[in-house]
Amino acid sequence: MRVALFVTCVNDAVHPSTGIAVVRLLERLGVEVGFPAGQTCCGQPQYNTGYRRETEPLVRRMGRVFEGYDHVVTPSGSCAAMVRDNYPRIARKGSDPELSRVAGSLVPRMYELTEFLVDVLGVTDVGACYPHTVTYHPSCHGLRMLGLGERPRKLLEAVKGLELRELPGAEECCGFGGTFALKNAAVSAAMGEDKVRNAVSTGAEVLCGADNSCLMHIGGILHRQDAPLRALHLAEILASTEEEPHA
Amino acid sequence: MSGTYLGMPSFPEAAGKAVRDETLRGNLRHATHTIRDKRAKAVSELVDWPGLREAGKQIKDRTLRHLDDYLVQLEKSVTAAGGTVHWAADADEANRIVAELVKATGEREVVKVKSMATQEIGLNEALEAEGITAYETDLAELIVQLGEDRPSHILVPAIHRNRGEIREIFARTMSEWGRPAPEGLTDAPAELAEAARLHLREKFLRAKVGISGANFMVAETGTLVVVESEGNGRMCLTLPETLISVVGIEKTVPTWQDLEVFLQTLPRSSTAERMNPYTSTWTGTTEADGPKNFHLVLLDNGRTATLADEVGRQALRCIRCSACLNVCPVYERAGGHAYGSVYPGPIGAILSPQLRGMESEIDASLPYASSLCGACYDVCPVAIDIPEVLVHLRERAAGRGGRGHRLEKAAMKAAGWVLNHPAVLAAGEKVASKTRGLHPKRLPGASAWTDSRDLPELPPEPFRDWWKKNRT
Ligand code: SF4
Repeated sequence: MRVALFVTCVNDAVHPSTGIAVVRLLERLGVEVGFPAGQTCCGQPQYNTGYRRETEPLVRRMGRVFEGYDHVVTPSGSCAAMVRDNYPRIARKGSDPELSRVAGSLVPRMYELTEFLVDVLGVTDVGACYPHTVTYHPSCHGLRMLGLGERPRKLLEAVKGLELRELPGAEECCGFGGTFALKNAAVSAAMGEDKVRNAVSTGAEVLCGADNSCLMHIGGILHRQDAPLRALHLAEILASTEEEPHA
Repeated sequence: MSGTYLGMPSFPEAAGKAVRDETLRGNLRHATHTIRDKRAKAVSELVDWPGLREAGKQIKDRTLRHLDDYLVQLEKSVTAAGGTVHWAADADEANRIVAELVKATGEREVVKVKSMATQEIGLNEALEAEGITAYETDLAELIVQLGEDRPSHILVPAIHRNRGEIREIFARTMSEWGRPAPEGLTDAPAELAEAARLHLREKFLRAKVGISGANFMVAETGTLVVVESEGNGRMCLTLPETLISVVGIEKTVPTWQDLEVFLQTLPRSSTAERMNPYTSTWTGTTEADGPKNFHLVLLDNGRTATLADEVGRQALRCIRCSACLNVCPVYERAGGHAYGSVYPGPIGAILSPQLRGMESEIDASLPYASSLCGACYDVCPVAIDIPEVLVHLRERAAGRGGRGHRLEKAAMKAAGWVLNHPAVLAAGEKVASKTRGLHPKRLPGASAWTDSRDLPELPPEPFRDWWKKNRT
């Protein structure tokens, strides 16, 4: 089984610890992980802002870079959804047969991390240990576009020492939305502040999610408000063990 | 569309103001959360909801594909049943037709059934200019009219008002329009409803002309259908001598059997009821019962243009249930007025720019009035993929140019170039990481972000460097 990590541009530049956690986690589970260096970005920021044509070269690049791998795993529901939902659309609207080829080949091989763990590897107990109180925010694209369902919760529930707290209004958008956070900053911040209020009300130490873009937005508000909890990617919790606990 | 909304500021500006209005936000949060929970319960009672949703989608799609045929059939059926059909290409034409029809009766007053189409064309204002007074009879619509306000929700136009505000509006203004509010009116719901009932009863009994919209038009029999909760609509549809219905052409369904689907999905999606309290159907005119004259004004107003767009046309499936408004986190914070149209919320964000075109500030900004969270698509009873249409329209907005979009496009192009050259990207990341001690916490120019959020601290090295060191 040849498995490639698609780390995503945000994780690469801003949250490398998440990528490192995915590598450690998968290797611990016996998976040999590859990281094709030619990878950059799935094109979601461009596409969702209305620049479809500017996205096309990135789609072709994704196709080239991940050729030959059985599975492509990414610790971002949003980027996985971009490939699965939007690449076929980009192919349909574009005139280039190469786009259709990429979409056809990449879509069935693209997995969000929790999908890969539960559906492909068939595990929910990944042998992690993380003795903290945690509340989980299911990001919209993972929740609705990918339909991750109970997978992330099942994985978290199996973590040793972890106490999962229910997040009120969990399924409401945190207000990130890519360039929405800039174009409609006031509404975006209001949504994020409500999310933070709900998270704080759980009394948890950690707000966990499977998408660092949302966590960057929520984390930025937490930081500004000096809130008593921090945002952390699910992969880093799953990578944490008794021997090598998360910092 | 209505001139009322011309000159609206762009969405971010209007929404930014609304977000700071604590009363408004409180009213909206309470109302949308209540109805959203009720709806979820009403929908979960049906085991075949996904099937009904798919059926509704397919019926609408098939009808839209052959709309020209069904409209001709509809016109024939309505005419055969004793009604008269008028075709209106745009708002002005529709308003002119209705005004002429009212004037021909010699009347100066009309009673109205709540209708999105007549709001869309600004009919009340157009009639007023001709010296004709239109009385809204739907309770929420009455509150908006008396308060000289604008509707902010499809189904609950006065959703932004609380009981105290409504009492104040009734007490202050009812006397200017007809029967005054009772002395010592309190904000108890029953008292407010009674005040409205007495005020409206006078109007129903006096009016000779009624104006309505319709939720559906059945092509095979020429029957129009209105579903409502209060029964005021039924009064307007049956008491006056002349009935004028203004309806968007996309409201056509081929047969009565098609209605079966929507009469299940509409009430559950909108008011969270298993069935709506009043379903009125009318077919042409009948001897000794109901209006003696019936006119149907078929409204285009941008609909055929919308139909021509393969992705965008799904917006015409909308049955105006307002479920998408009630789950939308952006609507909940921004309120309906910020959308600058009678169609607020997610459906407004995709319908208004299509019906009106994207020349104005507000219309060009509407496709961006969403975080693309997808909650609207999830609840839509006719499965309109609103996020898909939003992104599709963003492409059109971005292609339209303008200073902002020119800069944005240049930035996207530059970013695209870097992203297509991984070596350049890696070098840039390295520089950013190395200089991270120098990064300001609040960036000039990025204030939209840093007004309320801190930027993350950059890591000592990007992931690709870690990989190179540790795995290769
Ligand atoms: S778009 Fe769908 S959910 Fe929204 S009002 Fe129309 S039918 Fe209802």
